Amino acid sequence: MQAQTLYEKLWSSHVVHVEDDGTALIYIDRHLVHEVTSPQAFEGLKLAGRKPWRVNSIVATADHNTPTDHWEMGIQDPVSRQQVETLDSNIREVGALAYFPFKDERQGIVHVIGPENGATLPGMTVVCGDSHTSTHGAFACLAHGIGTSEVEHVMATQCLLQKKSKTMLVRVDGVLGVGVTAKDVVLAIIGRIGTAGGTGYAIEFGGSAIRSLTMEGRMTVCNMAIEAGARAGLVAVDEQTIAYLKDRPFSPRGDVWDRAVEYWRTLHSDDGAQFDAVVALDAAQIKPQVTWGTSPEMVAPIDGIVPDPVLEKDPVKREGMERALQYMGLTPRTPIKNIAIDKVFIGSCTNSRIEDLRAAAYVARGRRKADNVKQVLVVPGSGLVKRQAEAEGLDKIFIAAGFEWREPGCSMCLAMNADRLEPGERCASTSNRNFEGRQGAGGRTHLVSPAMATAAAIAGHFADVRELA
Amino acid sequence: MNPFRKLDGLVAPMDRANVDTDAIIPKQFLKSIKRSGFGPNLFDEWRYLDVGQPGQDASGRPKNPDFVLNQQRYQGAQILLARDNFGCGSSREHAPWALEDFGFRVILAPSFADIFYNNCFKNGLLPIKLAASEMDALFAQCQGTAGYRLMVDLEARTITRPDGKVIPFDVDAFRRECLLNGWDDIGLTLRHADKIREFEARRRIDQPWLFA
Repeated sequence: MQAQTLYEKLWSSHVVHVEDDGTALIYIDRHLVHEVTSPQAFEGLKLAGRKPWRVNSIVATADHNTPTDHWEMGIQDPVSRQQVETLDSNIREVGALAYFPFKDERQGIVHVIGPENGATLPGMTVVCGDSHTSTHGAFACLAHGIGTSEVEHVMATQCLLQKKSKTMLVRVDGVLGVGVTAKDVVLAIIGRIGTAGGTGYAIEFGGSAIRSLTMEGRMTVCNMAIEAGARAGLVAVDEQTIAYLKDRPFSPRGDVWDRAVEYWRTLHSDDGAQFDAVVALDAAQIKPQVTWGTSPEMVAPIDGIVPDPVLEKDPVKREGMERALQYMGLTPRTPIKNIAIDKVFIGSCTNSRIEDLRAAAYVARGRRKADNVKQVLVVPGSGLVKRQAEAEGLDKIFIAAGFEWREPGCSMCLAMNADRLEPGERCASTSNRNFEGRQGAGGRTHLVSPAMATAAAIAGHFADVRELA
Repeated sequence: MNPFRKLDGLVAPMDRANVDTDAIIPKQFLKSIKRSGFGPNLFDEWRYLDVGQPGQDASGRPKNPDFVLNQQRYQGAQILLARDNFGCGSSREHAPWALEDFGFRVILAPSFADIFYNNCFKNGLLPIKLAASEMDALFAQCQGTAGYRLMVDLEARTITRPDGKVIPFDVDAFRRECLLNGWDDIGLTLRHADKIREFEARRRIDQPWLFA
């Protein structure tokens, strides 16, 4: 048989029907649901008199709107509350394999709770009305973010209309330096290929540096595949994948586990498989990264400078840079390390898992946030992550450092709840998007790793975590 | 869904790359549980000088006079010219809902983000990819000509400029058919319900752990 890429294996094992022009119906194994992109889909189903095709494919939680403090007071914002209550009542009416509502001990960010509960398994197709669904590709799942009409379509038919993507291999070989993390790797990749570099592709991340990442690191990398324009990111199954999934609540058990593992071990690109594009990066060359602009591709190493638009030849790009620098309140050629910050956000579906919190706590231990830093929010990705962190005493390290230890949720990644930047405030953030207004109207976001965010909190400006004694 | 066949419409230019869905419709408006009413908040942070809130009447809010869609000459525009990677970022379908509610039916750009591109077709909005050189020419003509209009014909897959030049465009046959007829995807897919059931039954046997 011809050598296949991982994407091709996943694709061909899910095709139900193909139209003449190549548009395919692909079967969906797991449907993750949250409160923001689902109400109109549930309403559409109801209006058409349709029922969900397979309720047991649904895992739901409330994450985007939920507050991260004073849970005893409930959700204060009435519009947010209505959206969360609408999800409550929709799931009550329709059913689900699992629902983790507001305040449930397993509630959390949808892309954190799927894997930690074993609801994300290799070889699955996973969809969610959220672009960061690409996260689940770390488990060799074909995982797509979809719109609300597609949420309704998947509920009604258990299928998604989709055209086959092109395939790209991003290979990162070599050994990552101390203090260089999965977040730096993916920011460096986006810096290389651009925010539209992966448009139309499914990106498989491979090479020895990717293999050396933990499952959580791989999730961070796949999470931001969408920031490179790719609807899906993928990493092949290996022993780490299997070890991570063993004994999770929804993981298979007994004989079925053995059968599953046997199949999962086939989920890698074959030797000699052809990709439509290949990009290679040298792990040893990757330094801690900091974004300086309003698109994730506007990124520089910590020892770099804010670039000068004058040097950009493409007029559309140059104007984009000028506009970004104006919005960000930055002067060309400023050393990245000289940029002072007002706030720090450690959290989001990119970087809110236990290893992220450990990395932040490792840097924060025995130190205090700088006086010019008004607020450092630490928002765990789920109730389970929070409990684990507290069992390890990480919360005490953060509190001693002057950080705020919060309840789980999406929080200031997109600022749908009360956690947000005020106009002009500058934030070192472990989230995934530095778009204008993303963390609050007029707010200025710099994307970094958890270790680098903590280093910035301590120094009051961006600092090289590798130089922190 | 409203069918789309042909449109002779006023054109407005959005001359910046990487316009993301956070810019198209900011997060506070995503709290709505409805599909309609997003038009007044399209490009909210660029369009108004204050910070908008959901449920607020937008008619009295201070408008940013420098924002292109606030200019008198572009009032009533139905066709938007855009640059590379339009609609990048979040999967929020509120972005095409807002564009459609505002009055746009066609968006022309050299490239679109995948999820946004897909979402447009579900809402009677036609995104068309054109070569960067064609886009440059359209931007120049539009900015230089008051009341600039284009004729977009989905059946013929052509755009006709006022100077008579005809620009052909590509669109997937299946998507074109759905949009021309205003077909509901779900209804179409359910014609294959037997095939889906058959596939599912096989999968249940081959990979029982997926059906726990």
